[in-house]
Amino acid sequence: MSLRPDRRMVLGGAAASAALVASPRGLAQGPDPMAKTIPSSGEKIPAVGLGTWITFNVGEDAGLREDCVGVMRAFFEAGGRMIDSSPMYGSAQAVVGHGLKALGPGAPVFSAEKVWTSSDGPAQIEETRRRWGVRRFDLLQVHNLLSWEKHLETLQAMKQSGRARYIGITTSEGRRHRDIEKIVVERPLDFLQLTYNPVDREAEQRLLPLAKERGVAVIVNRPFRQGDLTQALEGEDLPGFAAEIGAKSWAQLILKFIVSHPAVTCAIPATTSVDHVRENLAAVSGAMPDEAMREKIAERLADA
Amino acid sequence: MSEWWTYRPSDFLMFSPRVYERLIETHNMALWPWQLVALGVVLAALGLAWAKRPADGRYALAGFGLGLVWVAWSFLWGRYAGINWVAAYAAPAFLIEGLGLVALAVLSKEPLLPLRREPASILAAVLVLFAAFAYPLAAPLTGQPWRASEVAGVMPDPSALATLGLVALVRSRAAVLALTPVPLLWSLYAAMTLRTLGAAEAWPMAGGIALFLAAAAARMLGKRRTFGH
Repeated sequence: MSLRPDRRMVLGGAAASAALVASPRGLAQGPDPMAKTIPSSGEKIPAVGLGTWITFNVGEDAGLREDCVGVMRAFFEAGGRMIDSSPMYGSAQAVVGHGLKALGPGAPVFSAEKVWTSSDGPAQIEETRRRWGVRRFDLLQVHNLLSWEKHLETLQAMKQSGRARYIGITTSEGRRHRDIEKIVVERPLDFLQLTYNPVDREAEQRLLPLAKERGVAVIVNRPFRQGDLTQALEGEDLPGFAAEIGAKSWAQLILKFIVSHPAVTCAIPATTSVDHVRENLAAVSGAMPDEAMREKIAERLADA
Repeated sequence: MSEWWTYRPSDFLMFSPRVYERLIETHNMALWPWQLVALGVVLAALGLAWAKRPADGRYALAGFGLGLVWVAWSFLWGRYAGINWVAAYAAPAFLIEGLGLVALAVLSKEPLLPLRREPASILAAVLVLFAAFAYPLAAPLTGQPWRASEVAGVMPDPSALATLGLVALVRSRAAVLALTPVPLLWSLYAAMTLRTLGAAEAWPMAGGIALFLAAAAARMLGKRRTFGH
């Protein structure tokens, strides 16, 4: 990996219009991350969040729980807000709740959760809320479209009564995009969560333009293909053009590619490393790739 | 599950190798030195299974059954279910399997086949010995600490393999059919999970399953030959 000191800053596409978030940060490190707008409300949110799949499923292990608290602390200090979890993620919800409790009431979390059951959705959401220890969720999503019709009605009612601020649906790894498309057109959604990165670009064809057109915010999961992408690139030198947008690692280059898409609101990489969480947030400050550079990134990563 | 063909084993893995290793080590340290007692129980159960007195097999079954109940309660339910919801379903399955072995011990006067110098018997005995004494060596042999060793009667994977070996010796074919699914399905799931985690124990798990299938096939072939004559 190399970093050229004479990098040329290039601001492009959506990044140019994105504002910087003024987040309540205790020990702020580096510039604030770029913020993007949630179309349904106009609220701005940092373009990198924190996923919890696998990384926060540490059970009752006290040492590993404290590591997760450290990751959350670094995340908020670096200007992050959205933490995303699910009942499917084992102990992750309880570990997030433990972290929020340890960090105190001032943590500026944007809580994103899911409902994932074929039976009692409201009971599961209440159990999830208890695990997080929050009054209400900022965002509730139907996980992988499981029993989506029934759950969307529940979430809609919760939004109307103020028990959730936003609602949405999720998918991953390109599954059920046709169904997603239909729901985005027919139902009032605030958020759509899907997989998108320089290698998995199917969403660019229909879903991302549709989300943009319908005013639906997009959360991107699996930005690094659960680490496979960055692992495959480990030890390889960054392309020369990476320095032009200030990318110091493959992870930063990938995140810049993702969040510079005009329809993408927030990417949610998961990590157990404090260094990585800082690196991820730092990726979305400063210069962003323009369309030509986005293509160069995708070309370079096509064989990864 | 929709578009099921797009799923891979890694899509179902919900914890990291680091968390799983620490879970095992924590459990082992909390129970030490009961691992030695568990090894002793397995050895005693084997001795009873192959004793000249047929009724002694009942004690072997009861010992294994109680071991499975303990594994269900202490590890699957008490620890593993916290990071893997599959274990929350496996715990009652292990409990039922354990109680099934105990019930067979209580209800049958001569539940196990006598040990003979026949492939089916030998393969089943080798599987029990393999699960009890070779499987725990996988961790230290691959550079992990001894506290990462998995012992039958303490951890579910070698317990399932040892149970398969014992079930292969059960006399009643109906009982064999009833008692096989839980340890076999768990063994398959464990082998897949370990393979996905990149753990060395995936290979002894697969080897144990192969031994059981070979024992079952040998028993069926032996039966046909008997009928043929």
